[in-house]
This record gives sequence, C-alpha cells and structure tokens, in this order.
Amino acid sequence: MAIGRRAAFAAIRPLITPEGVDLRIRLADAGTRASAFLLDIVFIAVAAIVITIVALFGAGGLGSEGFQPLFVVWIILIFFLRNAYFIVFEAGRRAATPGKRIVGIRVASRSGDGLSIDQVIARNLMREIEVFLPLSIIVGRSGTDLADTLTTVFGLVWTLLFALFPLFNRDRMRIGDLLAGTWVVEAPKRALLEDLSARQDAGTGAFRFSHAQLDAYGIAELHKLEEVLRRDDYFALRTVAETIGRKIGAAPQAHDARAFLTAYYGELRAHLERKLLLGNRRADKHQR
Amino acid sequence: MTAPVPGSAVRGDAVRQSLASFRREREADWKAFEALLARVEKRAPRTLSEEELLSLPLLYRSALSSLSVARATSLDNALVAYLEALSLRGYFYLYGARRGLRQRLADFFLHDWPEAIRDLWRETLVSVALMVIGIGAGAWLVASDKSWFDAIIPSSLAGGRGPDASAELLRSMLYDGDNGFLSGFAAYLFTHNVQVAILAFALGFAFAVPTVLLMLFNGCMIGALFQVYWSKGLGMELGGWLAIHGTTELFAIALAGAAGMRIGTSIAFPGELTRMAAAARAGRIAANAMVGVSVMLLFAGLLEGIGRQTITSDVTRYAIGGGMLALWIGYFYLFRMMRHGDR
Repeated sequence: MAIGRRAAFAAIRPLITPEGVDLRIRLADAGTRASAFLLDIVFIAVAAIVITIVALFGAGGLGSEGFQPLFVVWIILIFFLRNAYFIVFEAGRRAATPGKRIVGIRVASRSGDGLSIDQVIARNLMREIEVFLPLSIIVGRSGTDLADTLTTVFGLVWTLLFALFPLFNRDRMRIGDLLAGTWVVEAPKRALLEDLSARQDAGTGAFRFSHAQLDAYGIAELHKLEEVLRRDDYFALRTVAETIGRKIGAAPQAHDARAFLTAYYGELRAHLERKLLLGNRRADKHQR
Repeated sequence: MTAPVPGSAVRGDAVRQSLASFRREREADWKAFEALLARVEKRAPRTLSEEELLSLPLLYRSALSSLSVARATSLDNALVAYLEALSLRGYFYLYGARRGLRQRLADFFLHDWPEAIRDLWRETLVSVALMVIGIGAGAWLVASDKSWFDAIIPSSLAGGRGPDASAELLRSMLYDGDNGFLSGFAAYLFTHNVQVAILAFALGFAFAVPTVLLMLFNGCMIGALFQVYWSKGLGMELGGWLAIHGTTELFAIALAGAAGMRIGTSIAFPGELTRMAAAARAGRIAANAMVGVSVMLLFAGLLEGIGRQTITSDVTRYAIGGGMLALWIGYFYLFRMMRHGDR
C-alpha cells in the first residue's frame, strides 16, 4: 500500500496556473504511452494499406499514362503519413494523436506555457532514431556471419537505449521530449459522478452512528470506501461491511450491506469534513 | 446497533447540507464550461458567439475556484478528480495561445527559419568543412587505388559508373534524360533525401559523432565520383550535373548535419544552462532549421528530378546551381541586414 501510494505520488508534478492554483498534473506512465503509440501505428498502417489499394485500383483503371501522377501522389501521401501524422495531430487543439486521445493523454510543455509548433516538430523528428533506426537494423539484418550478428546485436542494443530512454528518467521523457522541452501528461475526460452522501437508499435512514464509531477511520479509509461503493460489487460490499461492522461494534445484516455502507460513508464523510473545516485533517485511521 | 447520538448527526448534517448546496449551485457552471470546451476543442473558436467566447475565461476561473474550495472542504474524491480534469482541460485550452495558420507561416519564413539558420552558422561551417574534407579524402583514396571506389560507393548506387567505365558511358550518364518518369523520380528523391536529412539530424543526439561520420562519408562519395570523371577529363561536366541541384541539396544536408551537431554539442557541453534547458533550447532551433531543410530538399528534388533531365547545357546548369546558392545565402544571411537597413 505504502509502496503503491509512493509510486503513484512520484508521477504527480506541480503545475501552478497564473491564478495560483496547483493543478497537480499526472505524468502518463510508460505502458499507457506504449499502447497509444501502438494504436497510432495501427492507424498509420491501415491508412497506408488503404492508400496503396486505392492507388493500385486507380493504376489499373487509368492505364499507363495516368500512372505517373498517381505514383507521385502515392509517394507523397506515404511520406506524409510517416512524417507528418504525429506532427499535425499534436500541433492541433488537443495536442494528441488519435491513439493518445483514446487512452486519455496529451503532450504538454514542461514549462507550463502553450505548446508551440517547433516543440512538436522537434519531439517527433527524433522518432527517427527511437523507432525507425532499430526497426531498420532488424529488417536490414542480412548476413548470418558471426561478425554480422555481433554488429547487429551491438547496433540493436545501442538503438534500444534510445527507444527505452523513457524508462530511465524520472519524468518518463522520450529523447524527443527532452529535446523539445515537453512531457506527456494524463488529460482524461471525466464525467461528474453522483454525490454518494446524497444517495437515499431504502433503509439508509435506519442507521445512526456515535461519535466513537465515526472516529474509527480517517480520510484514506473513506476514499477506499468510496471506491468500493462506486464499484458496487455485492461480495466486496459484504466483506467491507462485515469488517467495518466488527471494528465499530455494529452487526449489519448481510442483505443490508450496501445501505449500511452508504449510511456509514455519508456520516463518516460529514464527520471528517466537519473536522476538516476546523483545521484537523485526519489522513488515516492511525492518526489521532 | 448502538443508540443514536443526535448531536453529532445534526452537526454532521449541517456540513453535509452546505457542501451539497455548494455542488448544486456551481454544477451548472461546470457543465456549461465542459460543453463549451468540448465545442472549441472540436471546431475553431470562430463558431462561438461573442457572448460564449467572453464567458469562457469566466467559467474557467469559476471552475478553478470551485476546485480550490472542493480540495479544502470536500472529501468526495470523484468531485475533486472531476474538477481537476476540467480545470486542466480549460488551462490547456486557454493558455495554449495559438496563432492562426497564416500568421504562423509568415513568422516561419520571415523570422524563425532564417534566424535558426543564422544561429547555426558555426555548426554549418564545420559541417561544410567536413564535407570538403570528405571530398578531398574520397578523391585522394580513389586516385591512389581504384578499388577504393567500390568500397565507398555501393554498386547499386554507382550503376555502372566506375574507374573502369569508358568516357562515353560516363558522359552519357550526365546528359541522358530518360523523360518517362520525371515527376515521380523527383518525388522519390525528395522523400528519400528528407529521410536521410532527418536521420543526420536525429543521430546528432549521440554527441554528434554519427552526424560527423555521415557528413564525412557523404563528402567521400562525391569525391570518389569526381575523381573518376576528372581522370577522364569530364570534371567540368560532372560539376554542372551536380551543381544544378547539388548546391541546394548539399547545403540542406549540411544544415541538417549542423542542426544535429548543435543538439549533440549542447547536450555534451550545456554551458551555463542546465543540461535539460540547453537540450530543449537546441531542439527548438534545430526543429525550425529542419523544417527549412525539408523545404530546401523539396526544391532540390524538383531541380534534380525535372531540371537536370531536361536541361543539358553545362552553362545553364552552373547558372541555375549558382543562382540557387546565392538565393539561399542571401535569404539566410543577408535578408535581415536589408530589412534592418530599411528601418
């Protein structure tokens, strides 16, 4: 738990707006970014295949005199797909490629200013040594001599150092990010969820708790309880209700678990929020 | 179940009431902000009415203040997370000030590009010098031993040219335009050259070493080719064949190498800045230069693919090549002086 929290905390960076509010941006982790990149690769590949098929059909239909302009269009389109796809999307309003949008991340300037086009270009040109160089070494491997194998392995290790660069620094920056002064942050679209303490289930009103019972837990436990209630899994609710019941000396019926927890959540939150207003933030149950 | 304790519950209820009313009263603003953001992120802000446009910063500030209140008083995790995400979206939109496309293009061609190239003048000199050294070395190697030619220029690229080829064959390669496939050839040359330039630039990251090698080797290839033609008395003719596009293309490659070197050296020797800041600064200058390089390579591709095949007079070839070089140098280095002179 402690380790998990520290790991989550390490990815949060301050971003103070000119209004003086810290927005605490969360850096995207390596897995999310890898999946966004793979999605983009799939999109690019699909687009390239579609363009090629259309071009082939066009060539078949137009005959030999229409072939050349078609070839020019094809080669330029493929070129743009490889080099401009990332730049155009990241220079757009949402600063994210379709793949990044799907997983809910975007590019941002490390300084907190607006992202400028030269930053986007710088970070994407470096993809050449991060992605295409290792790929071309793998693909271009032709000989099977020992020396050839050795140079291939050496080249691969060298280029993988570039590709795996984000794993070796605290801010999860690619080489491109480093050179452009950018990083990739989480920018999810969240819906406003219902207020659990306003929930009125049947039977919620039947539970009342004493001061001592509400003092059993702190904010960390309250947030865990919120998570459990939002997930709304029958067995989890029952287990949690039993644990809490044991701790505070109440014994809710099994079928009442949800109502009991909702009631306890509401009162516990009100209790802790009241303390908060009085300047006493009780982080967890161990804090007196 | 223990006996209810009315006092605690009542006080708790009062807090609950006030926080619930906070959310009730502000919620409409948040929703309105969210809806506006969704619209401006998809379409240009032009589609908003004046009233909506003016309300955007107000709603943003209201969301920020709600976030501060919620963080200080509410323990509803979902609410705080929602407000954080909403404020962040608003922040990125409102402070990510963007210029229009036309303004951006004008800025690029009038300021950013020539300034970036001027900023790289030292690296450009080094990179041109490396190429010249490469040319000398290539010519000297092939002059001393013919077999070096095959080692320097891959046979697929040489296409029959070589120390043993006859003068007629070599000459025909300079003036034969096979007109069947010009624009396609130009497009291919352009994309290929840009890819090479990007590689030369990106490799600069490894402390500029691969970029230096690439520049030297590029020079070597030209030198080797020159030696072969020179020994057959075709040096001037090859010069014309290369010059028509080569002044633009080689200049562009030298600039790409210069941009790469700037990155490598500023990471190795950041000077007074931190390494990160130095890298970021170099990266942005280099990026501007690289966009310019691809524009130059587009010209080079057109000249090589179309111009060279249709123009076979040596004098015209030299004139075009020299003219292009003068044009680039004037644009990068003299243009600013002229404008300053006007003021």
